[in-house]
Amino acid sequence: MADEKKGERKLRDATYLDGIQIKPVYGPADLTGFDYARELGDPGEYPFTRGIHPHMYRARVWTMRQYIGFGTPRETNARFKYLMAHGQDALNVAFDLPTQLGLDSDDARAEGEVGRVGMAIDSLLDMEEAFDGIPADRVSISLTINSMAAFIQAMFLVVAEKQGVAWDKVVTTPQNDILKEFVARGTWVYPVEPSLRLVCDIAEFCAKRAPKVNPISVCGYHIREAGCTPAQEMAYGLLIAAAYTDRLLKRGLDVDDFAPRLSFNFTCWGRLFEEVAKFRAGRRLYARMMKERFGAKNPKSMMFRSLIGGGGSGFTVREPENNIVRGAYYALAAALSGAQTMALPTYDEAYTIPSPKAQLLALRTMQICAEETGVADTVDPLAGSYFAEALTNEMEAKIREEMAKVDRMGGVVEAVKSGALQAEVARQAYRFEQQMFSGEYPKVAVNRHVSPDAEREASDALELYAFDPKVAEAQVAKLARLRRERDNAAVARALARLRETAQGRENLMPAILDAVGAYASLGEMAGALREVWGEHKEPLVF
Amino acid sequence: MTLRPLKVLVAKPGLDGHDRGAKVVAHALRDAGLEVIYSGLRRGAEEIVAEAVQEDVDVIGLSVLSGAHLTLSQKLLDRLSAAGAEDIAVVVGGTIPAKDAEALRAMGVRRVFPMGTPLPEIVAYFRSFERGGG
Repeated sequence: MADEKKGERKLRDATYLDGIQIKPVYGPADLTGFDYARELGDPGEYPFTRGIHPHMYRARVWTMRQYIGFGTPRETNARFKYLMAHGQDALNVAFDLPTQLGLDSDDARAEGEVGRVGMAIDSLLDMEEAFDGIPADRVSISLTINSMAAFIQAMFLVVAEKQGVAWDKVVTTPQNDILKEFVARGTWVYPVEPSLRLVCDIAEFCAKRAPKVNPISVCGYHIREAGCTPAQEMAYGLLIAAAYTDRLLKRGLDVDDFAPRLSFNFTCWGRLFEEVAKFRAGRRLYARMMKERFGAKNPKSMMFRSLIGGGGSGFTVREPENNIVRGAYYALAAALSGAQTMALPTYDEAYTIPSPKAQLLALRTMQICAEETGVADTVDPLAGSYFAEALTNEMEAKIREEMAKVDRMGGVVEAVKSGALQAEVARQAYRFEQQMFSGEYPKVAVNRHVSPDAEREASDALELYAFDPKVAEAQVAKLARLRRERDNAAVARALARLRETAQGRENLMPAILDAVGAYASLGEMAGALREVWGEHKEPLVF
Repeated sequence: MTLRPLKVLVAKPGLDGHDRGAKVVAHALRDAGLEVIYSGLRRGAEEIVAEAVQEDVDVIGLSVLSGAHLTLSQKLLDRLSAAGAEDIAVVVGGTIPAKDAEALRAMGVRRVFPMGTPLPEIVAYFRSFERGGG
């Protein structure tokens, strides 16, 4: 006490990743001139700072959507049904890398990767198996697919049709955010411009023919996982959404024709209030951008609908059980941030494909947060807090700064083409690594409270997913059978039409649906577009 | 004898697109005064070996986060010996469980850096290499 009075006690530093310095105490002076209607508005009202629905979780708790997919479509189908039997109400589908890159399971480049990080899809036949017994009109399904989104979405539409479900009842969310793939995650295939055309072809086609499909899920998530700061994550996400919006408007669509179905996928690991402030600031920036810059009139076009997920890079390899605790805090952050959908990484994720036990624990974590803690009992409980509002304002300023930096790089599309954005993310990743090593960024059991006897390799304690090389054999055999049994003349005709359409400017979806229905393989369809467009040349920056 | 700086090719084999670790390590090694080349994503074993030989590198650092490290490392080592370039050391980093680290070492990988390895430990290893260690 005496020390404090003399002002001699040195306060611990609290500087956040974007350079915001946190004061020990906040008060009315931090909110001078604060205008409730302008900055916040009621929940469900413009600019949606407090959330996009008037009653939020009192009306409906967030959707719980774990990321699943491994091995063959049949195995994945069984895991879908296991989680749905335990109360998961929506699916988030993982595809293996060959599928994400448009390579068939029998392609030499796919060796060792078939069914490893997600399920293998070679043709419509596999999609039929994966969603067997899962009604396309009753379960909302996220498809984590980007450069191949048009093919996979088309396959899903055909599967729905075969189930007797009309396209206008299908509720899928193909990720379909190619710009972030060039910056992070890396499953790009085609050069930037034709890639953007595909994104917009899906969005335009769905707006007209399958209006409940959420055609683009803009992901700040992966860019943050690649190393950027929270303000950058939001800034880049908003700029990417604006880039797609711009292009769709140029096609003659009205913003209110497609914007109500745009959604976002962001992370929330790290400092609790920093994350909450990021989302509150992001919601109002997005609302203003859609209304003021793009002329949206439908309030739904201004709503930042979000899947908020824990973020695997907050988890550690050391003492993996600590990740269960971290996951609970991230769930709380997502709830306080106003998530529509939540997903948590599993505690064993740094090692392996999640085990069923770890997946169930993640689901239980979200259920406990929703039903036991009371956090879902009132909307935006932090509103009006001197700290939360001041931090939201500061985050907004930081996000604007980061957006202006990208504008100076020539805009987000140019920054992606030149690699300037990738270089900035790599620079931040390196900076973060140094902060982690110095202990400036705290991580328990990693840079403080390190147990002397803790083994770095704790994987022995985990029940690891055993990858089965038989998956590849099964997929290859199935594909060979398909190639023998299908109408190959029809496939050749459909692929020729696809090539021809790719050379012009017409929407590619009808030609893709045609090829999908003829059971052309994913590799054949993706290859047809590769022949016409070539491949992206990556700027090698680090 | 004057020592030139150690020359390293940081490479991403296979289909995995997670390049954060590869880029962070490349950056750290460059900061430590090494000469560093980054391959970019999805390089085949033959491309990586060709680049390593052409650039006359001392070490190839593979980064794999998809779980396919055993297949991909074996392919690369096979290509290296086919090219008569076994003098180029190979180290591997990524999501590598302990039992696989042993298997990698047994196939001829010089050192394995599993997920969570502190950056300075990796830099120190390369420096010891420069002094004839490793």
